[in-house]
Parts: sequence; C-alpha cells; structure tokens
Amino acid sequence: MTSTNTTVPDFSEADLEKQQKGNDIFYASKKRLMWLRFKQHKVALFSAIMIILFYFVAIFAHFFSVQDINKFSAKYTYVSPTEIHFVDNEGDFTWPYIKNITRRLNMETLEFEYTTGEETYPIKLFHRGYSYMFLGLFESNLHLIGVDDGGVLFLMGSDKLGRDIFSKVVHGARISLSIGLIGVFLSLIFGTILGGISGFYGGRTDTLIQRVIEILMSFPSIPLWMALAASLPPQWSPLVVYFMITLILSLIGWTGIARVVRGIVMRLKEEKYTEAALLSGASNFYIIRKHLLPGATSFIIAQATLSIPAMIIAETSLSFLGIGLRPPVVSWGVLLQEAQSVTVIANNPWVLYPALFVIAVVLFFNFLGDGLRDAADPYMNRA
Amino acid sequence: MLQYILRRCLISIPTLIIISIVSFILIQLPPGDFVDAYISERLIVDGSINDVDALRASIQAELGISDSMIVNYFNWISGFPKGDFGYSFQHQKPVSDLIWGKLGLTFLITFVTLVFTLITAFITGIISAMKPYTLFDYIVSFFGFLGLAVPNFLLALLLMYLSLDWFGTPFSGLFSPEYLNAPWSMDKLWDALSHIWIPVIVVGTAGTASQIRIMRATMMDELHKPYVDTARSKGLPTYKVILKYPVRHAVTPLASTIGWQLPELVSGSAIVAIVLSLPTTGPYLLQALQGQDMYLAGTFLMMLAVLTIIGTLLSDIILALLDPRIRLS
Repeated sequence: MTSTNTTVPDFSEADLEKQQKGNDIFYASKKRLMWLRFKQHKVALFSAIMIILFYFVAIFAHFFSVQDINKFSAKYTYVSPTEIHFVDNEGDFTWPYIKNITRRLNMETLEFEYTTGEETYPIKLFHRGYSYMFLGLFESNLHLIGVDDGGVLFLMGSDKLGRDIFSKVVHGARISLSIGLIGVFLSLIFGTILGGISGFYGGRTDTLIQRVIEILMSFPSIPLWMALAASLPPQWSPLVVYFMITLILSLIGWTGIARVVRGIVMRLKEEKYTEAALLSGASNFYIIRKHLLPGATSFIIAQATLSIPAMIIAETSLSFLGIGLRPPVVSWGVLLQEAQSVTVIANNPWVLYPALFVIAVVLFFNFLGDGLRDAADPYMNRA
Repeated sequence: MLQYILRRCLISIPTLIIISIVSFILIQLPPGDFVDAYISERLIVDGSINDVDALRASIQAELGISDSMIVNYFNWISGFPKGDFGYSFQHQKPVSDLIWGKLGLTFLITFVTLVFTLITAFITGIISAMKPYTLFDYIVSFFGFLGLAVPNFLLALLLMYLSLDWFGTPFSGLFSPEYLNAPWSMDKLWDALSHIWIPVIVVGTAGTASQIRIMRATMMDELHKPYVDTARSKGLPTYKVILKYPVRHAVTPLASTIGWQLPELVSGSAIVAIVLSLPTTGPYLLQALQGQDMYLAGTFLMMLAVLTIIGTLLSDIILALLDPRIRLS
C-alpha cells in the first residue's frame, strides 16, 4: 500500500458552516427532503390539518356535541337548522344568539310548523350541558357551545325523532373515521405480507398470489360486499358487526397495497446493497427488515392513505343500504339512512348534512394521499 | 394475434371456475338457509307438526337441494352449460327465467356508461392537456376531484331531489309507465335510452374523473416530445398534429383502464339501481341475498363477475390491437 499525500484545503469552521448552509439541500436527510416536498403541496398540507382536526373532534365528540344524541324529543321533530342571529333588535352587532321556537299544528295542511318566538338565548362558549363520561375517565358536562335551558340549538336541524343532527354527525365521525383507519391497517397487514412474499420469492408463489389478486379485483366490489355483509347474522352485537364490516372492507382493500409492495420489493431486490447483504450471508428476514421495508414504507403509507376514502365510501354505502352498520350505532352511513326517501329529503333537506362530511373527508384524504405519493420519492424530479 | 386471443381466453377459464366456487360459498355463509326459514314459518302456522326432520327432508326433496354444500354446488354448476341455473325459492321460478332481463339492462347501463366515460375523457383530456392551467382545465380538475369524492348513491339521491325540485316528479325507474310491462320493442328500447342518462351520469362520474386525469397526464407528456415539434415544423395543421401522433400514444393507457373500470361500473350501477329503483341486477341481488335465495343470488353474483371478466378480455384484445408491443411480448 502506498500512502497518497492529499492536501486538505484549509477551511475554517465558519467557512464550512457557510458552505453547508448554501448547499443545505444536498446534506438533508431523506426524511427532511420528503417533508420539504410535501410542504410544497399546499392543498395536501391543508388537507392533513383538516383531517387531524376531524379526528380531534371525533375523539372528543361529547365535548363538541351540543345535545345528547340519545335524547328523543317529540316536541322537535324535523326542525330546520336554527337561525343564528348576529344583530340585535337595535341593529347593532352583538354576541351570536338564537331565538326560541314553538311548535304549532297547521290545521289546513295538518303538518307541524315551527315559529320563532321573541325570547333570546345567547350561544355560550364552554357551556355546562348534559353530563357524559370524558373519554371514559371521569364525568363532565362541559361542552364547546350550548344554550341555556328553554332554547334549543340545532346547528344542522333535527331528525325524525327530534335528535340533533350536528351532534350525531360529530359522534358518527368516530365510527366512520375509525372504520377507514382500522380497515386500512388490516389491509396493510394483508397487503404488505402477501405483496412482500410475492415480490421477494417470485416464481410460483408470485404467480399464485397475483392470480388471487386478479380474481378478487375482477369481482365487482359492491355486490361482493353486499353478499358478505348480508351474511352477518342480525343478532350479533353492533360491536362485532362493526369489526366484521371492517374486516370485509379490508379483505378487498389489500389488493391495491399488495401490488404496490410487490413492485417496490421487486425493484429493491435488484439493488446492489441487497445483493451485497445476500452474499454476506444475511438471512431473508434480516434483508426484508433492514433493506426492503425501510425503502418501501413511504410508498406503502401513500398507497394506504389513498385507499382510506374507498373504505369510508363503502361503509357509508353499505350502511345506507341497511346491510352495514345499524342503529343504535351512529355512523355517517347510518345517519344517511334517514335520507332514503326522496320526499323526506324534499321536505327536510338538512338530513343530507352528513353527506357533506363524507365528501369533505374523502376529498381531504385524496389530496393528502396525492401529496404523500409525491413526497414518497423525494429524489424523483416532478414532471 | 389469434394466438394471443386464444391464450387470453384459456386463462380466464380457471378464473371463472374459482369465481363460481367463491360465489357459491359466499351465499352459503349466512347461518341457516331458506329451508330453515320456511320450516319456522310452517311451524308457526301449523303447531301440530312435531317431526321437523321429516318436514325438512320433504322440503329439501321438493326443492331439489341437499345438506351437503358440495352436492348443491355440483348440481348448480352442472346446469350451467345447459342454461339451467337452478330454482329461485323466493320467486318460485327457474332462475334462468328471472335473470336475463335484469342482466341485459345492467349490461346496457354499463356499456353506455363505459362509452360515455371514454368519449368524455378522450375529448376533455385532450383539451385540458392542450390548454393546461386555464380556467377550463381548473374547472375540469375541480369536477374531477368532486366526482371522485361523492359516493354514487349520494349523487343519485341528489339528482332525484333536484328532479323533484325542478320537474315536480322524482326520477326513478328506467321506463315510462306505458312501457313498464310491455314486451321488448324498438319503442321500449328508445324509451329506456331516454331515461338512461341519469344512471349513466351517476355511475360514470367517478370513472370519467380518473380517466380524464390519465388522458391529460399522458397527453401532457407526449405534447413536449420532439416529434410533435417536427410535425408542427412540417406545417401540419394543429388538429392533424395532435390527432395523428400524441393521441395515438395517449389512447393506450386510456384503453387499459377499461379492465379495472368495468368491475367498478358494474358495482356502481348495482347501488345506484337500488337507490333509483331501476329494474337491473342490484335490487334483485340485494333481495335475493337478504332472503337467502341461494341459487338466484349465486347466479347473479357469478354473472356479474362473468360480465366483468368478458369485459376485461375484450379490453385486453383492444389493447393488443392498439399496441403491438403487448401482443408480441
């Protein structure tokens, strides 16, 4: 061995720091690059914030709901959304308030009509309303907003039993949003394992798994879901039905993830570092854990995010048809069961409010997934 | 080419067999069966029956089914080549008398929707790609995202509500009252086609949205390639430059979407049909599933899968015709 004399350029510490600052991007870790790429996608960033907000509201559903969702009230069936006033009788701006409503039977049409009275009820922040168990830990009666007894606040109107639709939407978010997450989590497990095996071993195993995926994909999903969901015995408890529906949704959802994982694993397997690890006698498990999974994670997360909306839509559709979740479970699909007849919608269009939330969440997840997919490979130049 | 088609057809045979098995297992999943329901009904009516097993055996003999799932399966599947799909317990009729009309309408809606989505995506995609980041492009993307996000059944509900609001009658069904029970004729077909646009729009929106994105993306890629510049510099008129070269490239990815679009269209039309009460497969399948009418439900499920398999087969053949690289590989 001959030692070569290299002259080290004489850099001061400050010079080096300056150099690094200018070329920051070249020193950035992969995680940082992904974050930088993701940040550029403003809509995805906004969607991420909105989704976090939705989940936050869902977790603290009782705090955000205005009325007890189990409180029936024959006095207030199909009340239209309460009008919130910002201007008082003198014409000055004031703290928002509502007016009380009274029901009256119209003797000509034989329908109930609601008229607003003169009593005013200010909307109170951090109102003490009905009591509930806070996350199952302790009893509380604190709510974000509310009005004093005597006034009733229906932000999105009430349903046929006089229950507050807004509060039900808030509670329904728990089921509708968690079913997507749990379903995708199960799909991830199936998809990653089967896709990984398919891509890693190749050959016969690969062909077999690919055939299974092809067959599953050629089934029209809704009829298949209908058949599976209809096979759940009606006497099962709502919780079991909930988990079974999640399982059913993920049974079909895994195929997309499996395909992505297979593609990435096949590509990473050809990389030099994987080959080197194999030659040094690393076990298959070690290679999968150390070399294949880390490279695939970001793609898997992006694909998983993109498959959440389909699950939310599927749950909503099945529950709407009456073969998914059933009352007393509150989900957005169950809420939309009320909107099954067009005459109900025509008379009380506010029963469609839950639909707005379904659409919004699906949109946000789609945008977020797009952003994540762009960020998944930060070394790729965007077209 | 013939060899390619033949090979593709042969591959789909095992798929069909597996699908028939899966369909049959699926509809057997619910605990109890039609016979159980029937027996409990009889027991309520006639309290004097005490030999339930004998009753069970006699009903099973009458309906031609046995306790064993495998025997039932082979009875069912062996009738297929003869066009015999078993007996519907609910309707008290052979399944083959019931399904063809419904399947035909499902096929009609799916086919019209597919053509509609392809043509819309083709035209809109080209215009969007040629004038990117303009108002038109943004409007298209906006509706595209919205189309992907709105569940089919909601769109159907919304259109029903709007038609009630605007025309005073909610849209539902596929025929005008005078044709409802009339035999098939040209007039009836015309009547169906004049009603079909609502389900077509409802079912097609999501698919169109994703196809426009694909068409636009490939067109955008192709438009910047040197051969386009060459064609332009030769003095070809714009429409010729576009239609002759980049569009030919962009059509292949569009055609390849047909394969996975079809299952989605079929499944979308099932749920839309239930909401709009169209006389297609959807509502009847739901009814059969809930009533545990196993042969009817199984045949519907199987036929829907067959429909999509045939569709995928056709799309593969179209793809091979369009792109020699596929048929020669």
